Amino acid sequence: MQQLLLYPLLFQLFLSIFLMFFWKKIDAQKIISIVGGFIAVFLSGVLFYTVWNSGIQTVQAASWEAPYGITFVADTLSATLVLLTSIAGLAVSFFSSASVIPARLRFGYFPIYHFLLLGLTGAFLTGDIFNLYVWFEIIIISSFVLITLGGEKAQIEGAVKYFTLNILASIIFLTAIAVLYGLAGSLNMADLATIIPQLENRKLVEVAAILFLVGFGIKSAVFPLYFWLPASYHTPPSAVAAIFGGLLTKVGVYALIRVFTLIFLEDVFLDQILIVIAVLTLFSGAIGSLVQKNVRKIFSYLIICHIGFMIAGLGMGTEIAFAGMVFYLIHDIMVKTNLFMVSGLIYRIKGTNNVRFLGDLYDKFPKLSLLMFIPLLSLIGVPPFSGFWPKVSLITASLNEKNYIILGAIIFGSLLTLIIITRLWANVFWKKGKELTKRDHFLYFQKMTKAKKIQFLVPIIMLAGVSLYIGFGAEHMQQLSNRIASELIDNTQYIEAVIPQNN
Amino acid sequence: MKTLILRTASNYLLPILLLISIFILLRGHYLPGGGFVGGLIASIAFVLHAFANGLKNTKRLLKFHPGYLMPVGLAVSFLSGVLPVIGFDEPFMTGLWMHDAIPVLGKLGTALFFDIGVYIVVQGVTLTIIFTISESA
Repeated sequence: MQQLLLYPLLFQLFLSIFLMFFWKKIDAQKIISIVGGFIAVFLSGVLFYTVWNSGIQTVQAASWEAPYGITFVADTLSATLVLLTSIAGLAVSFFSSASVIPARLRFGYFPIYHFLLLGLTGAFLTGDIFNLYVWFEIIIISSFVLITLGGEKAQIEGAVKYFTLNILASIIFLTAIAVLYGLAGSLNMADLATIIPQLENRKLVEVAAILFLVGFGIKSAVFPLYFWLPASYHTPPSAVAAIFGGLLTKVGVYALIRVFTLIFLEDVFLDQILIVIAVLTLFSGAIGSLVQKNVRKIFSYLIICHIGFMIAGLGMGTEIAFAGMVFYLIHDIMVKTNLFMVSGLIYRIKGTNNVRFLGDLYDKFPKLSLLMFIPLLSLIGVPPFSGFWPKVSLITASLNEKNYIILGAIIFGSLLTLIIITRLWANVFWKKGKELTKRDHFLYFQKMTKAKKIQFLVPIIMLAGVSLYIGFGAEHMQQLSNRIASELIDNTQYIEAVIPQNN
Repeated sequence: MKTLILRTASNYLLPILLLISIFILLRGHYLPGGGFVGGLIASIAFVLHAFANGLKNTKRLLKFHPGYLMPVGLAVSFLSGVLPVIGFDEPFMTGLWMHDAIPVLGKLGTALFFDIGVYIVVQGVTLTIIFTISESA
């Protein structure tokens, strides 16, 4: 059973190949995708359990020993993220089968969707920097297909922006790998972690670090490089936007965390850059969100804003800041996925996502509104809900560091999130809505069959439940984040697990 | 292009090119070649046939849509990688080799089946792309 680590990965690959055999049978694909999603959650749950109990797991692919072969490593951070990916993946499988129209599903939506999940799982598990690049390629290729599927004009326009910026990011990432390989002669991350600190040429190491920062920065949509995200995330179907918003930018954050806690350490200059970027990301995301009129655009800007929290944690670099960062990452994946599904639900009820025309939701659907209230409250971080606890850690860390700029930015970001969400709540749920003209060929939520309604609501309820657990079971989550933070601070465990003969 | 020369030649070139593609595929383990190049050559054979005889005839020759080759090839490659995990508890993609050589072919290993999978996928992808483009043009 030593191969346990690869099972979530191999299973997603198996699922996408298996789904391709059912190319034309959409109903069969829906069932396979959902059942497969449950199995994937189980497999990643087993992986998480094993890592939690018996420490970091490694597999040397094709039996080539590290540092020459490709190593797959599951430390607690990776295992947690793989588990979250499969949970979000299951929810979006459900939501896709209910909400995506058959015309899109007929062109291989589900196989490509599982390829995307494969890429995400692979990126979280790999221990080799070039292999990480390959997983990023798998992610962006499948996301290009998902974002253009359907071929509406707005979609293609969004996709072109998304495509250009992400290809650019990949090229910069590849250049960074080339520089790093020229310096160190190795691609294994654990091996790099031992070689890089001993190198004489510090300037070039710094250049490589900045290249990684720019490459991953574009992908995770931090301050000067975020404009592709709000330009593209509101165009695809809301199921696609959910998985993009929940996980794609977080892969960039994960890569930043991995690279800057394992390879490039103790670089004061870099930490300052990260902190400046974090502050500006928080400001620009929050202010951008303030002026938007489309529900999904509001959420897109909030993604950017909240990336800032994680980068701030990374920039401060203390154990408690890391714990806050990881906790925020866990909370954010669940909440952002859910929010985009909520926006899809609003769209199905009203036929529009424009705040000006929305209204009356609480009056007509009180129970549904309360359900949608949960992710919104979690996002703001009203005390018992999940967004509150990581901010406690982050604020404590900034007070310990006496870094009042970060402290101010975190409070500003949280406050603006509160204002934006309250306004959204008032406009979408409480305001007296305008009478909208009914669209002819549009399946309204009210007209759906009971089974379809349940399919729509199950994923939202499921992720709301996970969010509630993260909030109310914050003790467990804090324990988990503390353990991940201690692993990130002390990278010898990681190196020892990959290259045992190291000391 | 309805010239007699091309049509006659393509009838003979199709089997020869397919044979060459299999030769390149098998050669690829130690020497230049392999599944990718082999698959390209094999699809060139069909594209040439389509040039000379028209797309309809080539489709009739193939009997099924080339798109179906993609999942088949992926499955072959995937199984060759997964076999060591399931059967022998070795890491993913570990090469397994037969003890005794088979005449003509030599020793067989999982790497060969991985390459065969690539060969099939490449054919499926190229033919699907080219058929779709020439249909819409």
